[in-house]
Amino acid sequence: MQRGLRTRRGESRTCWPFSTMAADSSRKGRLIVGETLILTGNQAAALAAKLCRVQVIAAYPITPQSKIPEVLSEYVERKELQAEFVRVESEHSAMAVCISASLVGARVFTATAANGLAYMHEQLHWAAGARLPIVMPVTNRGVGAPWTILNDMQDSISQRDTGWMQFYCMNNQEVIDQVILAYQLAERLLVPIMVCFDGFRLSHTMMPVEVPEQHRVDSFLPPFASPYLLDPEHPVNINPVVMSDPLPDGDGTMCPSYMGFRFRLQETLENAFPVIADAGKQFGDVFGRSYEDCFYRYRAEDADFLFVTMGSLASEASEAVDLLREEGTRAGVVGLRVFRPFPARQLVEVLQKAKSVAVLEKAISYGYEGALATELKAALFTHNGHHQPAVCNFILGLGGKDVKPQDLLEAARDTLQSSRDGLRQTKPRWYGCGI
Amino acid sequence: MSTAIMDLPEQEYIMPGTRTCAGCGLPIAYRYILKALGPKTIVTLPACCLTILHGIYPRTPIAINAVNNTFASTAASASGLAAGLRATGRSDYTVLAMAGDGGTFDMGIQALSGAAERETDFIYVCYDNEAYMNTGVQRSSATPSGAVTTTTPITPKEQPKKDFIQIMEAHHPRYLATTCSSYPGDLYNKFVRAREVRGTRFIHLAVPCPPGWGYATKDTIKIGRLAVEAGIVVLYEVDDGLFRLTGKSLNMARSGRKRSVDEYLKSQSRFKKMGEEGISAFQKQIDDRWDQLIRRAGF
Repeated sequence: MQRGLRTRRGESRTCWPFSTMAADSSRKGRLIVGETLILTGNQAAALAAKLCRVQVIAAYPITPQSKIPEVLSEYVERKELQAEFVRVESEHSAMAVCISASLVGARVFTATAANGLAYMHEQLHWAAGARLPIVMPVTNRGVGAPWTILNDMQDSISQRDTGWMQFYCMNNQEVIDQVILAYQLAERLLVPIMVCFDGFRLSHTMMPVEVPEQHRVDSFLPPFASPYLLDPEHPVNINPVVMSDPLPDGDGTMCPSYMGFRFRLQETLENAFPVIADAGKQFGDVFGRSYEDCFYRYRAEDADFLFVTMGSLASEASEAVDLLREEGTRAGVVGLRVFRPFPARQLVEVLQKAKSVAVLEKAISYGYEGALATELKAALFTHNGHHQPAVCNFILGLGGKDVKPQDLLEAARDTLQSSRDGLRQTKPRWYGCGI
Repeated sequence: MSTAIMDLPEQEYIMPGTRTCAGCGLPIAYRYILKALGPKTIVTLPACCLTILHGIYPRTPIAINAVNNTFASTAASASGLAAGLRATGRSDYTVLAMAGDGGTFDMGIQALSGAAERETDFIYVCYDNEAYMNTGVQRSSATPSGAVTTTTPITPKEQPKKDFIQIMEAHHPRYLATTCSSYPGDLYNKFVRAREVRGTRFIHLAVPCPPGWGYATKDTIKIGRLAVEAGIVVLYEVDDGLFRLTGKSLNMARSGRKRSVDEYLKSQSRFKKMGEEGISAFQKQIDDRWDQLIRRAGF
């Protein structure tokens, strides 16, 4: 059993067993498995990798992710984890190592953020195109120039179209859970997955985390069985040049074209939702926390005003919702756990009763608006032509800018006013620029 | 002693159907590399002439396992293969990384330096045809001075070739060797030795390129030999720190006979703009390096 993480110097870290579970009424009647530790998001991610028995780790340090490879180095050096740790010279190489190790059948792990993720960009396409079940935490951080080491989501949102699945976590419990969940899903679907969580706000913040027991993780996540064979008798040339039309193999069987491969990836992602729900339900059966739903929902059931957002902003928005409810506004929060594939139909169902929606984003598609706002509006257009709530987009929290409850209340009032006036917001509003 | 042609293994790992240009030096060398390394080899390669050699999906003429990777990451990919194979209990595979001069001298240098510093257990081969041949003969840092390329079309390259072999030697690999596709026996021996050694092994392989260098496709062997006989390519190895000349270069050092660079330069249209002054400067570059190397070998 995990008894707390230790630093390289050996001093104990503040992640001792936490024993107030019996007094926690919110946990009543729920399956409690495993010990509760106080962990940072980074410690939770590293511990999840260990519980998943990753076989090859390749990582390059970048703030705010650095603790993840540090903790994993300790696990490996203490022989608490049987894994090859390749201390690469760059993020580009980190992903190259993961790609090749995965191709020969190893369960692989890396983590990065910001410019490190941007530096991997080419490899992200390669990993998804090669259909490799790589799981990578991203500790969300703003991208330079100018430099910032602080949090926003521009890094991972900019990698939206690489073919990776993207999960977003709102607390450290979700970090440990979603990494474990991601391995099962990635290996079932043969798609790599980014598990994104806010830099510093989660990566460096300690929270109680219920740590799954090893034997339960083992039952949830069997060893990785690679679909690639490595047999000298039947050699293969993996990911060679593929032409634009199907061609026959040696036996005359027609094989896919480049576009055929691309379509298969798209098809897998389009059809992933039942698999995500199944794995999320299985997770609930084994660990007592279900992730069947693509969304975190807070007082959303009867809400006619909704915050729609991702990551730790969903927690912050929940507090704003309580204040709005006190003022008499029927407000709620919907936090997307899954951003790719985009749960368009499910999102529209959630928005069914909402008259107005404030989309809160820590990223921007320059020259237009936040990606989530664009996609939400497109989803409404596609899946529900009649019910069109007022949708306002708010860009906030870039480069670590604090998001205050007043900001969220103002966003809500702004949105409600637009709705009353029947106005359509034509460009996103920025909060906290301080120009 | 170089292995005699008649004593090389009969087993072939390259079948008919490679898509290289006529007269390419690469498949000649690759044939003997694979004979030396055998079927329990997995090769990783970036986008390069070797990708073309390996053919178009879904067919390949190559009878060993191959992994394609991105341009800058050949040695990192090899690190991943080595780690993945060890983690899954298959350390008996030889991991071979093979990239051109662009993917080694230029874009791949970071990943290669990293892998060599980590003492990764693999063989890295830079097959050097002295320009970005796969994209149409653009200048690389391996292009010699005086050569016309499609990105030095009017003024031939002014800077000398990067001394990449020295850069690799400074990483102190367990085994380092230079060889050329025109000397299969020398090449075969060096890969047999590389296979025996554990740790990082680096082999610089000179391969002439008919379309890029501008000579008739029938002359690939001859051009490679001219390069060695003029001391432009020097055959040697550094085995666990011990330097020695091999094959033709060793014979040349012993006999003291070395051709001038004239015939080599005049046999290729890429050097057509080189005047007398350029030729003598080139000769001096080559002589200086040759003198250094034979002195190092004790001659």
